[in-house]
Amino acid sequence: MGNIGELQTKAKEIRKLVIRSIGQARSGHPGGSLSCADLIVALYFDIMDIDPGNPRWEDRDRFVLSKGHACPALYAALALKGYFPVEELDHLRELGSMLQGHPYSGKTPGVDVSTGSLGQGLSIANGIALGGRLDHKDYYVYCLLGDGEIEEGQVWEAAMTGAHYGLDHVIGFVDYNHLQIDGTIEEVIGNGRIEEKFQAFGWRTMTIDGHDMEEILNAVAKAKKTQGLPTCIIMNTVKGKGVSFMENQAGWHGTAPTKEQVELALKELEGN
Amino acid sequence: MGELIATRDAFGSALIACGGENKDIVVLDADLAKATMSVRFKEAYPERFFDVGIAEGDLIDTAAGLSMTGRIPFACTFAVFAAGRAFEQIRNSVAYPRLNVKICGSHGGVQVGKDGATHQAIEDLAIMSAIPNMVVLNPGDAVEMEAAVKAMVEYDGPVYVRLGRNPVPVVFDRETYQFEIGRGTVVREGGDVTLIATGCLLDVAVKAADILLQEGISAEIINIATIKPLDREIITKSVKKTGKAVVMEEGIIVGGLGSAVAAALSETCPVPMAFIGMDDTFGQSGDAADLMKYYHMTAGDTVMKVKGLL
Repeated sequence: MGNIGELQTKAKEIRKLVIRSIGQARSGHPGGSLSCADLIVALYFDIMDIDPGNPRWEDRDRFVLSKGHACPALYAALALKGYFPVEELDHLRELGSMLQGHPYSGKTPGVDVSTGSLGQGLSIANGIALGGRLDHKDYYVYCLLGDGEIEEGQVWEAAMTGAHYGLDHVIGFVDYNHLQIDGTIEEVIGNGRIEEKFQAFGWRTMTIDGHDMEEILNAVAKAKKTQGLPTCIIMNTVKGKGVSFMENQAGWHGTAPTKEQVELALKELEGN
Repeated sequence: MGELIATRDAFGSALIACGGENKDIVVLDADLAKATMSVRFKEAYPERFFDVGIAEGDLIDTAAGLSMTGRIPFACTFAVFAAGRAFEQIRNSVAYPRLNVKICGSHGGVQVGKDGATHQAIEDLAIMSAIPNMVVLNPGDAVEMEAAVKAMVEYDGPVYVRLGRNPVPVVFDRETYQFEIGRGTVVREGGDVTLIATGCLLDVAVKAADILLQEGISAEIINIATIKPLDREIITKSVKKTGKAVVMEEGIIVGGLGSAVAAALSETCPVPMAFIGMDDTFGQSGDAADLMKYYHMTAGDTVMKVKGLL
């Protein structure tokens, strides 16, 4: 396990890059990028066995950002990891850019799976894990779902498949920030008891604080010891985490900050 | 001609043959393995077969994941569910990243029969053709289906193939037939009209051409097994000679082969055309042969269309 302090510093850096790139693009999804930033740092800077010099290395661990709209956080992590220059982040969502509005494996080094349409990533993660098993490989497939996203029925199709085939190399995460576009999860469709639902589908489950680096690392370490069934880690998070005026506001799901708001947010993140 | 084999049957046999040679092939189904004939692969290579249950979205995306590990997944279900229910999974997770997934839609067209409109895929070819990066195949007989499956294995990229439920006459010679994705075939030469047929309407075209011949009308038959990319060259060359075309498909004309040929010929060689197919209507329950009559997709209907162009 790496130095927790270093990972926390990295998460702060990622959050700043998220704000800067979305501000520059004048378009994007800050709220959900900030809520999952700590997990993405934990995965890319501690947990995952990857090689930025060889993004397609066949033994690598895989990451499926099923809530694809949070890609500014993924892009920032990939840039800091060395998959491409950090300057590319200034071209998020630009015509011809390698950084599309939603992750596209065809253009971005380090993006394993194209996502953006919600509800599909867990099925893809299962497929990769089935392939890995056929190859007798030991890599893990990490899949991040949004709490709103799991309203998609296909997530539960995939939950059945993952449990049926005993895919213990699939580790799912739910970014439980309680907000979706039309309001709180509870207002929109009352999608609660997530842990019990995954359990009922045959998954091992854990609930953690998704902003506590140590808890994230411990949970994944435990999940990797699980045999014969997949694990889902429900992460309690705050949408817009780290920027006071964005925290817990559904309105910041898909709104870009103005120049002034970018300055304000960056100052706040520096001070944190 | 004579032997009757359903193209889904030929598909099931071809999967086993290809699966024996190529260990990267995996097959997935959504609780219809006995109908799509993927069950044969399951029996031969159980470790490379995955049933996901009645879950077509999961079917396509699990296949997408498998393709990312170097596998060649064949994802099988009914055409109406593949192209319909799983359209968006195919569009966003397979075609857009250009993954090597083969989508196999069985029970295409109205000849599904008594199950009725809900199970009769008439839009699958049109829907799949609308997706960038997608190759769309509709083989006309057992020989062509077997060759198509081999070609799908060799081709690196997303492919949709329609399989037929009912036995249809074998038209091509297994020993000599050469199949290539994107290439049409002149099945019979003629000078008065071009019949451009796809899938099981190839047999209807052959029967229509026989009737026409007795009346002194010489029809050229072109078989189009690849709806996309369309072989514009073979079609253009033929209509330059005959000056007329009837396009024949067991599906809706708008967006299907009819539209594709009309669009191509309007650029290369505009000629009077007529269409055999479903004219903006759903199917219904009934015997296959009765349905083909009801929706004017028989040899007799084709002869009438040809005469209308003369």
